[in-house]
Amino acid sequence: MSNTTHNDSLLRFMTCGSVDDGKSTLIGRLLFDTKTILADTLTQISNTSKKRGMEAVDLSLLTDGLQAEREQGITIDVAYRYFSTGTRKYIIADAPGHEQYTRNMVTAASTANLAIILIDARRGVLTQTRRHSYLAHLVGIQHIVVAVNKMDLVNYDQAAYDKICADYLTFANEIGFAQARDIKFLPMSALAGDMLVDRLENMPWYTGETLLEILESAPAAHTEGNEEFRFPVQFVCRPHASADADLHDFRGFMGRIESGNIAVGDAVTVLPNGYQSKVKAIQLGEAQLQSAQTEQSVTLLLEDEIDTSRGDMIVKTGSNIAPVKQIEAFVCWLSETPLSPARTYVIRHTSRESKAKVGAIAYKVDVNTLEQQATTDLKMNDIARITFKLAQPLMVDSYNTNRATGAFIVIDESTNNTVGAGMIV
Amino acid sequence: MTIKQPLSHLDWLESEAIYILREVAGQCSNPVLLFSGGKDSLCILRLAEKAFRPGKFPFPLMHIDTGHNYKEVIAFRDQRAAELGERLIVRSVEDSMKRGTVVLKSADESRNKHQSVTLLEAIEEFGFDCCIGGARRDEEKARAKERIMSFRDEFGQWDPKNQRPELWNLYNARSHKGENIRAFPISNWTEMDVWQYIERENLALPSIYFAHQRDVVMRGGSIVPVNVPLVSGELTNPVKAGEEIINMQVRFRTVGDISCTAPVISDADNVSKIVLETATSTITERGATRLDDQTSDASMEQRKKEGYF
Ligand SMILES: Nc1nc2c(ncn2[C@@H]2O[C@H](COP(=O)(O)OP(=O)(O)O)[C@@H](O)[C@H]2O)c(=O)[nH]1
Ligand SMILES: [Mg+2]
Repeated sequence: MSNTTHNDSLLRFMTCGSVDDGKSTLIGRLLFDTKTILADTLTQISNTSKKRGMEAVDLSLLTDGLQAEREQGITIDVAYRYFSTGTRKYIIADAPGHEQYTRNMVTAASTANLAIILIDARRGVLTQTRRHSYLAHLVGIQHIVVAVNKMDLVNYDQAAYDKICADYLTFANEIGFAQARDIKFLPMSALAGDMLVDRLENMPWYTGETLLEILESAPAAHTEGNEEFRFPVQFVCRPHASADADLHDFRGFMGRIESGNIAVGDAVTVLPNGYQSKVKAIQLGEAQLQSAQTEQSVTLLLEDEIDTSRGDMIVKTGSNIAPVKQIEAFVCWLSETPLSPARTYVIRHTSRESKAKVGAIAYKVDVNTLEQQATTDLKMNDIARITFKLAQPLMVDSYNTNRATGAFIVIDESTNNTVGAGMIV
Repeated sequence: MTIKQPLSHLDWLESEAIYILREVAGQCSNPVLLFSGGKDSLCILRLAEKAFRPGKFPFPLMHIDTGHNYKEVIAFRDQRAAELGERLIVRSVEDSMKRGTVVLKSADESRNKHQSVTLLEAIEEFGFDCCIGGARRDEEKARAKERIMSFRDEFGQWDPKNQRPELWNLYNARSHKGENIRAFPISNWTEMDVWQYIERENLALPSIYFAHQRDVVMRGGSIVPVNVPLVSGELTNPVKAGEEIINMQVRFRTVGDISCTAPVISDADNVSKIVLETATSTITERGATRLDDQTSDASMEQRKKEGYF
């Protein structure tokens, strides 16, 4: 590919842990040790640390952004942070650890390709650890780093660390998580800055990768697996009124390649109607491309004049996908107003919308015990397996095979709020 | 299985921004792109070209002019809009002052925060349902929690505790009449990304982004430009008693209302030198240069709640 280099990619990851496990400190450390924090920010937070009577600079203040949070010393909502190592740019989603956790964690996880699950070395694997792992699994995060933090408080004891790793693996095997995901373990002290960017002398028994080494080598999204070409049409460009006669017949289908790749000459089908054609040209700005890949926003020109609009999906001819009018999914409820099975909602899937009604709720999952429970309603932070009946057909894949075409959000038309997040089974 | 190469970080950010612009165009019926002539909005114009050419932009450009902007930036703004052949709307804080909807506490009070009033008036006048802006999450703490499509109520207010959850790339830009969405296509960009993009795309910028000689005074620890000529020819930012004028080589890292944008000492007179300087800088963009954010830890959050960008 002409304008890509392998040495300068981007990785999105998230941190999960209970309150006080050290998420904010970990992020502060990464930013600090990679020299992302600049002098004035440091002065600001060291002043605040002093005002609160703390001796050392509290790096967690870096990520606690809003006024109410600073007053109460807690993190309210998902915050995004950035750092770069020169070889990679990172986007961190920091989700807080209080009651609304499920909703925030699902939100943060939806765009992450790696999750750091924090465990307090003194407390070991807790109910919360199971919950975080289950959610990371549900939302399809491929790479898990189990970071056993606060090793300084257990005298950097290897036996304590080994026991936690063994406990975690037992549980991960139980939920079928260990086979499906890439799991790495690491001991660390976020406070002391040990095993994040720098390797101090406290744990000579650990010879594995530091956190930053793990992050630097983690595969970027869409580089593993064989996803099929999916191109939801976002916008149709028809500048026919333009003075330029050459543009009179121009009809460009604009969108982002959600998965797979495409080349000039490929045979394509436009769903839901099933019209077939071939790719005549691929454009990105002024550049004419011979081929394009996942995550590129491009304009496709087809050889035949096909009536196509926003919400249609272009796939390769022969691809195994068909419009459906019913979907079954795991849905996480995000709104304070519970789901009402009597109501009609709007489902947004890729660039397409459809009205939808609940067909059946199979069961609700207790995120702590992972037990299935019968239910007739769904409250905020609940996760349930639900069938929706659709007014318009959607072109879906299962979330396990494709995170982009397997995901949807549920919108309440009366408020226009996003009230649910769905992952198609 | 073939090994697949991921996009470079700039290609990824560019693609994400193009996607967001196209979502705005697809979901909103009457959007507008806020364009100040500054570097972030110049990046967005470039992204809009990549998103919509050979078509015209599916939105006009709009600038909320405080009347206290650097004339180099205003000239650049007009030139760029003309080159693109896109419609530019200008609404001015001075007109709001004439209407009596903006009342300054004193003649030399900064007009910066009053832009919100003029912006809300313009939104109502044109019935815009979405304003596209160049804010970035790395600029300031309150912005780190801002959504890419951020909902504002009828009073233009942002409620940080009641934001729509934003998952995957499924953006929800719906609003009822009178409400609106603020869309931020370069949310995930840092100052460094912006400069690298400007360098890669070879974007032209207003001259004051590059090192130049300027009369300044030192005021409260900041470098403050003085006797700055406005478009009207009038001079703003007079020297106060006891201050000494120094002629310094400076550049701006951000440009906005003259009353609240300070330059930094620099000899970077081209983009690649600026990229280098940004990489080695020890001070944040706003920390160095935004006089309005230093009042309190929470001043940006407060302004945003009141409808500011
Ligand atoms: N001793 C020790 N304390 C830590 C470590 N990491 C975090 N802490 C402390 O644990 C407390 C909670 O940390 P914080 O980062 O705010 O946790 P969060 O609630 O997960 O964001 C703070 O007082 C930190 O200083 C560590 O590795 N060792
Ligand atoms: Mg925290």
